[in-house]
Amino acid sequence: MKVLVCIKKVVDSNVKIRVKADGSGVDVTGAKMSMNPYDEIAIEEAVRLKEKGIATEVIAITCGDQGSTETLRNALAIGADSAVLVETGMDLQPLAIAKTLTKVNASINADLIFFGKQAIDDDSNQTGQMFAALNDFPQATNISEITIADRVAIVKREVDGGVENVKLQLPAVLTTDLRLNEPRFVTLPNIMKAKKKEIRVVPNAEVQMTNQSRLTVKNYFEPKGREPGIILSSVEELVEKLKNA
Amino acid sequence: MSEVMEYDVVIVGAGPSGLATAIKLKQLAEIQQTEINVCVLEKGSEPGAHILSGAVMDPQALTELLPDWEALGAPLKTRVVADEFHFLGSKGSYKLPHFLLPDCFHNEGNYIVSLGDVTKWLAAQAESLGVEIFSGFPAQKVVYGAQGEVIGVETGAFGINKDGSLSDGYQPGMEIHGKYTVFAEGARGHLGKELIKQFGLDNEADSQSYGLGIKEVWEIKPELHEEGKVIHTAGWPLDRHTYGGAFLYHAADNKIFIGMVVGLGYENPHLSPFEEFQKLKTHPFVARLLEGGKRISYGARAIAAGGLNSLPKLCFPGGVLVGCDAGFLNASRIKGSHAAIKSGAMAAEAIAQALQQGRQRDVLSTYADLFKSSWLQAELHKARNFKPWMNKGLIIGTLMVGLEQKILRGKYFWTVHSRTKDAAKLKRASAFPKIQYSKPDGKLTFDRLSSVYLSNTNHNDNQPVHLRLTDPKIPVMHNLAHYDGPESRYCPAGVYEFSEEGGDKKLVINAQNCLHCKTCDIKDPLQNITWVTPEGGGGPNYTSM
Repeated sequence: MKVLVCIKKVVDSNVKIRVKADGSGVDVTGAKMSMNPYDEIAIEEAVRLKEKGIATEVIAITCGDQGSTETLRNALAIGADSAVLVETGMDLQPLAIAKTLTKVNASINADLIFFGKQAIDDDSNQTGQMFAALNDFPQATNISEITIADRVAIVKREVDGGVENVKLQLPAVLTTDLRLNEPRFVTLPNIMKAKKKEIRVVPNAEVQMTNQSRLTVKNYFEPKGREPGIILSSVEELVEKLKNA
Repeated sequence: MSEVMEYDVVIVGAGPSGLATAIKLKQLAEIQQTEINVCVLEKGSEPGAHILSGAVMDPQALTELLPDWEALGAPLKTRVVADEFHFLGSKGSYKLPHFLLPDCFHNEGNYIVSLGDVTKWLAAQAESLGVEIFSGFPAQKVVYGAQGEVIGVETGAFGINKDGSLSDGYQPGMEIHGKYTVFAEGARGHLGKELIKQFGLDNEADSQSYGLGIKEVWEIKPELHEEGKVIHTAGWPLDRHTYGGAFLYHAADNKIFIGMVVGLGYENPHLSPFEEFQKLKTHPFVARLLEGGKRISYGARAIAAGGLNSLPKLCFPGGVLVGCDAGFLNASRIKGSHAAIKSGAMAAEAIAQALQQGRQRDVLSTYADLFKSSWLQAELHKARNFKPWMNKGLIIGTLMVGLEQKILRGKYFWTVHSRTKDAAKLKRASAFPKIQYSKPDGKLTFDRLSSVYLSNTNHNDNQPVHLRLTDPKIPVMHNLAHYDGPESRYCPAGVYEFSEEGGDKKLVINAQNCLHCKTCDIKDPLQNITWVTPEGGGGPNYTSM
């Protein structure tokens, strides 16, 4: 069983981002970049499936510039067998990525396709769903547990106010939530091994990715800081303030 | 027995000195047509994540190492175009006429840089030459051989719980062995400190003296910005007995690097370097520049400022100290990155020669010899009295440095020594009135927590505290009783707080805030605090500092 894990390079979750002075975007110059934490959970789960003998091959894939190679190496160090970089400098939106991944998957034919439930930079939460729709695959989003037997995946989904149990026929798309697992610490020997694993670079021309944008960003701004509170001396004063508010 | 990996050379720390060592080794291997395997361990999450500096960089050493640095895209873009020195009073300021400025304060030909960016770039150069850099893997222990020689280091483990038990994800550390091990941890490296003691490297040197540098990056109004302008100040808000000064560098993109260095030999335990720096920004000379601007980064790091007199022996069986782990900074020029790179390159020459001769794990005295005949030694020799004079106060310091550097042009024969450790210079709290610092206004001045927030600092919170107390009673019984708990003030990250519970005072250590500046390890009066490496990748994640 082949598992494809789709990952994204994002600004590290510890980095405090800042809107550019002219409001045209977010300033990420020089900022530390990392693998989207939900994608890390996806890689971890795929590798665990392989370690349990359920998956036979784990492939990590991303769309991005050469800098994304680092992110793929990290996936390989966690335990993916090989990786694919669809190389582009374009700023891509979810639909373009879902279409691109569909094209690349045509030659991979994965049985299980993992996505992080969303990326922590744009919080779109769309690519996995769009990919499933384009391929007419069953999908389960926000999963927190998974068992696979006889080409059937039984998963628990985190939904509002509870857990939903879902059964899916493979090939299927799964998007991972926080409680699915805790990714392992990467070890030095595994980083060394990762350096020798293959990263296949697919040039943009091969998949004809376009950044045909369906969304236009008008402006970015930071949320307003909270007004400082005041301490009142009596209930009367509070009532007075509320009346006049 | 932990697992072992073998390299020709193991380098601890991916800063300018460690990376310069690595790059030079690979260049020499190419010339000698041999293979030298080089591994660099870095405790930060990536190269540059723990680097903080002013910085004005003298490109001399970089040009020697990588002559075509400009073509290779080095982030040295902003040439210094103006150089000013101001003495600040509580209200006014006095600009020193340019002709009176000693040579050491001249910055023609230098660049305003983010040393973090330069480090990232150096790491990329090193990797392209085949150097293996492992970020997020701190060297926790020195590994010694049967004869007491250094044979390598052991990396820290992952997944140890706060109470010392092992989590499910536990990963033990690994031993990394090298024919030679290079320690490039920066000022007050925790392994460097051990090695200096172990091999008595500082037996013939003056005590090292340190400074705490605190820095903020501001984005200011374009009309107030003058790219390439360098300003240094002395005087207010520090009293004339406290060594220190401030810098204001106009970097590219309307950014200002503003910071202050306070000598850690200060005597008054009520002093707070953090608050002094905040106060500095309220001076009209500084405040007018920051007006309407926005603070975007914060960080702090101790520097080794003792210079040549405090330099320990550089070599011991199996290894060397480079950069600020030894203490190559030139305090009179407030610069160390050129010295760090130069020291690394010289260490690499000695190592490459030894490897070619089939030697290993002996004393690389060639490195010390190369240093003795280098321009770096000459430069540090000229400046050798700067810090000792400045320890005598701003007035004597300025007069004597002026005499030595300006009138005698560095050609003088006396040497002033400094033999007291910074920690021992602290006097009792009762000897001074308390200093009342104003509350932060949230515009120009800030508190510690909102500042640490901007350093992107993170430590896995379920790990043992990495600031170890030899005797847990000392903070309250000694430090609080006699010095009014100075750790709550000298720490620029708010790691140390005294709290009261049912009438009992106790010290709370918020280790997750730690910026890895090492000030507590240096300044604690009884040297009761030992900084050890936290779990790999922990600490600040500075962006372009």
